[in-house]
Amino acid sequence: MDLTALEKAILQGDHGAPRQWALEQQIAVGEFFDATDFVEVTQVHLCADTEALGPAGVDFVERIAAAPAGRGKVWVPSITDPRGADFKRHADLGQAEAIVALECRLADALAEIGYLLTNTCINYQCIVPPVPGEHLAFGDTGSVIFANSVASARSNFEGGPAALAASLTGRVPRYGYHLDDVRKGTCLFELVEAPNSYSDWGAVGGIIGRQMDSYWDVPVVVSRLAAPTADDLKHLGTAMASYGSTAMFHFVGLTPEAPALPASFTGPPPRAEPIAQADISRFYADFKLTADEVDVVVFAAPQLSLFEMQRLASLIGGRKVHVNTAMLVATAPAIKVMCDRNGITAALEDAGAIVLEGVCFYQMHARELALANGWRTLLTNSAKLVNIIGGYGYEPALATMAQCVDAAVAGRVGQ
Amino acid sequence: MTALIFRGHPGIGTAVSGRALVAADNFSARYDLDRTAGVFSRPTHALYGESYVGKVLILNTAKGGVATSWMLYDMVTRQMSPLALLLNRANPIMAQAAAFAGLAFSDRFDTDITKAIHTGDQVDVRPQEGLVIVASESSTAAR
Repeated sequence: MDLTALEKAILQGDHGAPRQWALEQQIAVGEFFDATDFVEVTQVHLCADTEALGPAGVDFVERIAAAPAGRGKVWVPSITDPRGADFKRHADLGQAEAIVALECRLADALAEIGYLLTNTCINYQCIVPPVPGEHLAFGDTGSVIFANSVASARSNFEGGPAALAASLTGRVPRYGYHLDDVRKGTCLFELVEAPNSYSDWGAVGGIIGRQMDSYWDVPVVVSRLAAPTADDLKHLGTAMASYGSTAMFHFVGLTPEAPALPASFTGPPPRAEPIAQADISRFYADFKLTADEVDVVVFAAPQLSLFEMQRLASLIGGRKVHVNTAMLVATAPAIKVMCDRNGITAALEDAGAIVLEGVCFYQMHARELALANGWRTLLTNSAKLVNIIGGYGYEPALATMAQCVDAAVAGRVGQ
Repeated sequence: MTALIFRGHPGIGTAVSGRALVAADNFSARYDLDRTAGVFSRPTHALYGESYVGKVLILNTAKGGVATSWMLYDMVTRQMSPLALLLNRANPIMAQAAAFAGLAFSDRFDTDITKAIHTGDQVDVRPQEGLVIVASESSTAAR
């Protein structure tokens, strides 16, 4: 790779061991993907929860934090993805003290490095939204696909160590979605009926994601009927990224790089694959419970926006969560403040829901949560969560937000 | 019989040799693994219940999220990792994970390696050269 004078100085250790490590990592990845140089980034979003890091990863981050003379400090604004424990509500969930203590160590180390502990996967909704052409190092697949697709910014998936490296060097190797030609569409889907709910949009994302061959596929969506909101696109993109490792999509007439169908592709558009309500229904059918009883209803993955929180409180409507069922709601700390101020948190907690801030369910040591609480059956309106959580020993099912609320109140589905 | 040689893009990590564990399925450490037990735990995965520890793990592509980049490091530290990871097509997360964990890793081969290599084959992985060699006795026995 061609290196600038600054990058050569970093590589020979002039700016400290952490930055030297960071650039060595970035060169290894850059050369793997045939990058020829680096591009500077304006912000970094780091996925770092203890469920992923384990004690070894926390030790590593602490060593960066302990570097002398500011040599382990970030060079660009850097923020965090959800934590693995809500420090205010962990006892309500039976999370082990050892997990919480490890999470505290990690949060302290990240703060020492200079991270702003935003603890959110929806930073594009509640922190600083990216703008067109902005080069980023985002570290949550949902935030990357939203930034690339809806905001027309530029980021690859920067996993935890890679995002940490980017925060220390202020740059990333220039390959993938930092390049114009990679951002063009590779396949086409037509929504012949309009999705009706967040979970419908997630299902569409899942249907498309399952058909992607790799990270390098860019699906293009056309529809004359659907007019998605930002939250709809959040669920669409999050699920697409989860099922497909997909980092970018175009929605013709809506997302900035697809003003019309021809502009979405380098050559002639391919034949469109139709997606109808029957396809969405079949997707739901892949995630059904074998029994009626629901142990836990989860609203997370991604964290809920302010409008989703308001809608959830409205759907509960003064009813109470069933005594045999837990209802968990995860949002960003910045949004929780607004929910507190506007009576949304109170409405949900009065109903018996547990409102969590700065966490996401699958990042909260979900296997241990299941053991501590006796949970197995899980209902959610997140197409992403049902894709993940089966591997943690849960039996997950997908339903609309309204159906999930009704099930939480009844303690079972189909009532 | 001669050994089978597959050429891919130059990869990450140092040369290793071991037994292959192969499926035409995809990979995410968060979604697919019980990292404590060292087995595939996602019920719908083609390798469900199989131990991946010490194996040359060969799969199609990366799916899922970003957590693998931390998780492989944790697995290597606890000596509960695969010996190497080979994919038909990588995403950035797998490359970042391999670089961070020091795991042998390659992709972009001249054939579909999930079809060309079989579970149980003795495999030499030379990431810096982008080479994967299936030992002659292994290739004879498997075919």
